[in-house]
Amino acid sequence: MNAQAPALRDPRLNRPEPFTPPLGDNGFFQRDRAIHPPAHAPGYKSSVLRSPRQSLLSLENSISEITGPVFGHNDLGPLDNDLIRNYAKDGDPVGERIIVHGRVLDETGRGVPNTLVEFWQANAGGRYRHKKDTYLAPIDPNFGGCGRALTDDTGYYYFRTVKPGPYPWRNYVNSWRPAHIHFSVFGSGFAQRLITQMYFEGDPLIPVCPILTTIPDKDALDRLVAPLDLNASTPFDSLAYRFDIVLRGQRSTYFENRTAGN
Amino acid sequence: MPQPLNYLKETASQTAGPYVHIGLIPAMAGFDIFEKNFSNVLVTPNTKGERITLEGKVLDGTGTPLRDVLLEIWQANAAGRYNHPADRSAGALDDEFRGWGRAGSDFDSGLVTFETIKPGAITDRTGRKCAPHVNVWIVARGINIGLNTRLYFSDEEAANAADPVLNLIEQPVRRKTLIATRSERAGKIVYSFTINLQGPEETVFFDV
Repeated sequence: MNAQAPALRDPRLNRPEPFTPPLGDNGFFQRDRAIHPPAHAPGYKSSVLRSPRQSLLSLENSISEITGPVFGHNDLGPLDNDLIRNYAKDGDPVGERIIVHGRVLDETGRGVPNTLVEFWQANAGGRYRHKKDTYLAPIDPNFGGCGRALTDDTGYYYFRTVKPGPYPWRNYVNSWRPAHIHFSVFGSGFAQRLITQMYFEGDPLIPVCPILTTIPDKDALDRLVAPLDLNASTPFDSLAYRFDIVLRGQRSTYFENRTAGN
Repeated sequence: MPQPLNYLKETASQTAGPYVHIGLIPAMAGFDIFEKNFSNVLVTPNTKGERITLEGKVLDGTGTPLRDVLLEIWQANAAGRYNHPADRSAGALDDEFRGWGRAGSDFDSGLVTFETIKPGAITDRTGRKCAPHVNVWIVARGINIGLNTRLYFSDEEAANAADPVLNLIEQPVRRKTLIATRSERAGKIVYSFTINLQGPEETVFFDV
């Protein structure tokens, strides 16, 4: 090293900033891709032409990723979490009446308050109310098949519906989806955005589903299976299933709870 | 044994499937159920900022448009401020702009459109200036985990050239995959984009 060189002072030392708590920057924990299905999963044939082949570009969380849309009760209607009643025309829909409830948590175990949870599903016969679904099982005139809820202060949500049926789909000639409910969850930042599916304890179609088995991690797959929760069932009315959803952990020790409404 | 950390693990993603519209845009599935619906229109008559249409397609590995894809966008307002409590930057909030919308592609053409405003430049938490951009999240049948990308604006050449995220992209040719092209059509400002899931012009997707 040249002893004549002037001492260079790191410019950052000219304006020292206080050392803040290590988890206090509102960013999110790195997503563990090993527990998610890979984009390219040839056993699920639709993924082959719809999966990026370049590496994802790693991007540290900026303000664009730690923020996300805020929803409130003003966005919802009173029947939005009641799929037994929110499309009823001349009676209740056909099928096993069930309650689905649980908490939206982050990886630190904290409940995610006031976050929007949306859900959709086939009817008891495995038919979707969708102009592109042509399965021969009939549409139920009293069942729409979608709903939504806002979590409370502890991250808790609940809704009532009928248990969806399994249905065939064109992957292999004889592929059938296990009964499932689709979930869409927001969290507090756009980097937490997640869509997943909930399955039902004991369904024999689970281990042979080409979509479920894209998940490489057995424990991660098991966490998509909701157990029967007799304690939450309503006697002589509805069985209950419990489904907790975990979003990426937030590096925050003091994040303010967001106020509802907008 | 050291102390256990006891973090939970994130719930695994699953494809949104071909019938994502039922839950997220039921009118596109062919029925009316909610009193209030989310849409691809982010603006009200009172939103501040330059009105723009974002218009584009998502193409599969054969160049065919996805006709069952759903996009969501999240963006700052015209002053460069996100409508979220974690954004404490100086720009004024706009009560008439949530900054979020969702759109399904047309079942025939695959075209996706948003009616929004052009966001302002963003000052990041470290004080860096970031070029105006829209954050995009893509789900569909065959997409196992939502894809994150961004759209920048073709008329922001100087800001784009200095943008810290665009400059993370090693190959300049790949930066172009994130630039929406400005044009004027019948008095409206339209920014056009193409998202290529595969191929030599594959769009840059982020692990955020």
